Amino acid sequence: MSGTARRAATARRAARARTAARRVASAALTLLVVSALTYAVFYLLPADPAQLSCGKPCTPERLQQAREFMALDRSVPRQYLDFLSGLVSGRSFGTGPAAVRCPAPCLGYSFRLDRPVVDLMADRLPVTVSIALGAAVLWLLLGVGAGVAAAVRPRTLLDRGVMTLAVAGVSTPTYLLGLLGILLFGFTVHVLPVSGYVPLTEDPAAWAQHLVLPWCVLAAVFAAVYARLTRGQLLEVLQEDHIRAARARGLRERRVVGIHGLRNVLLPVVSVLGPDLGGLLGGAVITEHVFSLPGLGSLLLDAVGSVDLPLVVGITLLSAFLIIVANAVVDLCYGLLDPRVSG
Amino acid sequence: MPASLAAPGLVGQVLRQARGWRRDLWTAGAGAVVATCVVVALAAPLLTAVEGQDPFTYHPDTLDASGAPAGPGGGIGPTHWFGVEPLTGRDLFAVVVHGARTSLGIGLAATALAVGLGVAAGATAGFLGGWYDRLTTRVIDVLLGFPTLVFMIALGAIAPTDLPRPLLVVLVVGGFGWPSVARVVRGQTLSLRQRGFVLASTAMGAGRGHVLVRQVLPHLTVTVVVYTTLLVPQMIATEAALSFLGVGVPPPTPSWGRAIGDAVAWVSTDPAFLAFPGGALFLLTLALTVLGDGLQDRLAPRTADRTADRTADRTADRSGPREAR
Repeated sequence: MSGTARRAATARRAARARTAARRVASAALTLLVVSALTYAVFYLLPADPAQLSCGKPCTPERLQQAREFMALDRSVPRQYLDFLSGLVSGRSFGTGPAAVRCPAPCLGYSFRLDRPVVDLMADRLPVTVSIALGAAVLWLLLGVGAGVAAAVRPRTLLDRGVMTLAVAGVSTPTYLLGLLGILLFGFTVHVLPVSGYVPLTEDPAAWAQHLVLPWCVLAAVFAAVYARLTRGQLLEVLQEDHIRAARARGLRERRVVGIHGLRNVLLPVVSVLGPDLGGLLGGAVITEHVFSLPGLGSLLLDAVGSVDLPLVVGITLLSAFLIIVANAVVDLCYGLLDPRVSG
Repeated sequence: MPASLAAPGLVGQVLRQARGWRRDLWTAGAGAVVATCVVVALAAPLLTAVEGQDPFTYHPDTLDASGAPAGPGGGIGPTHWFGVEPLTGRDLFAVVVHGARTSLGIGLAATALAVGLGVAAGATAGFLGGWYDRLTTRVIDVLLGFPTLVFMIALGAIAPTDLPRPLLVVLVVGGFGWPSVARVVRGQTLSLRQRGFVLASTAMGAGRGHVLVRQVLPHLTVTVVVYTTLLVPQMIATEAALSFLGVGVPPPTPSWGRAIGDAVAWVSTDPAFLAFPGGALFLLTLALTVLGDGLQDRLAPRTADRTADRTADRTADRSGPREAR
């Protein structure tokens, strides 16, 4: 390799590193803006957490006490700064023997449940992660597989069948499919449990058995979208010149589709997979509700039902965080998957 | 080449024609279903009057001791065409046809809000460019990558109680729906801005306002119509999801989503309670999606319009509110 080529390679690497750094910085900035907005929305609107925790005969003194305890007596910007510093170094509420400590990273303290929000969410996160990851594996296999099968034989019976199913899948709400699944496999055939969660560490077989239905239901709904996307993209890519060139060189069709075609489909699939997965990880609200799974989504519904504002804000921020991170990861992957994008 | 395409002469032509017809038949059928739903929603009081019921009256006499509807199929009979609701004994037919009003009303209102905001933001951003475009794109990106369902649910906890809930649902669902419209419209506007007739108009001294309103906007109509048709089922599904979770339309307003949510507890004893509102919701969203797809193929073939922003186009397919969780 000549000196110029090496210098060019170094410059390319540096450019790539700069792009990555810029992307991470922009994700961090987005997160800051989103958290400030979330905080403003939830604490400026007239639902007063102190009022709610004060109890029925709420004297003004007790209300004031509650405000001071929750640090709500300060101005809203000050509260937000307190919140940010709590994230970094933890914070405590109240003084003296009644004080509660919320260690870093402190996303807030649920006065109703008397526990830091982060602990509450950490208890529920494994459930949601189990649901989301299992479903994602299934829907990628199903969706991309079906999309490819339909695209390599366009306008055949197979293609039409797959696409009809996909339209039906796109228009079926998760909960409807979930309830049908419960009705069929739980109550009619009695082969699968219809609710509850068993930790993976306790009993892997029971864990999987309890999650099969939620996985399949979520996967069916998402696979429909991925099948449509994959088919559309692949059909278009297969028309392009480099595919014709590959065919002309005598490559077998399997290789043409598998290597030259799929590589170009990967990008759009990854670009929707990131936000989809990030969104699910932040709480598969409907699925968890249907199958009574104690994940982040059901924690959110509980928190909303009992107007536990710190918990509501905490979960909202966590899911925003997950989606923003997912999007940043997708963008970084873009550069790796498709050299044309970087720079 | 697939064998079907190589079919010679007349036979091939007839086959192709038949395929086109079949495709149009699907679209027409979907259109008919949508039209029926709209008519049913509009005529809901009339239909229930014919049946002699309304969606609010309790009929405890139609229930057995456990609260489940007495009789087969959830109490289906000449007086209650779809049976009755468990625990309350309200007429399920009345709930379903009045629920169509709720679904379509909120769905259409939210779509109108989303499309209005989206076209305004997208067209101006694409047309004016500069820092305004960068800011708008940034806001769109942030909102598209936002846990909308989580946020919508969370907002339900703190919204002022004197704000009517259906209005809140419209504002929230529509308010989170506009970024996907804006993104598509912006892309279209960007490519329109380069077209000859726009350049010619500018060269002849037309003002920016005139070019935007008279030259660019009319050419966005097809895109907007297609996208609107595809947005309506998403909005309806989101409203139903919120109501299903108990944070949407409050009782006693009839709502498909809430009825399905109530049916969770009865799914083993009274499947009819799930079947009717669930079937109605599925049918309407399916018909709207098929109609939207058909319109898209007819009016704006995907392959012809891939101009400005390919990645945006790719994700646009999927960037509505992610209601399907």
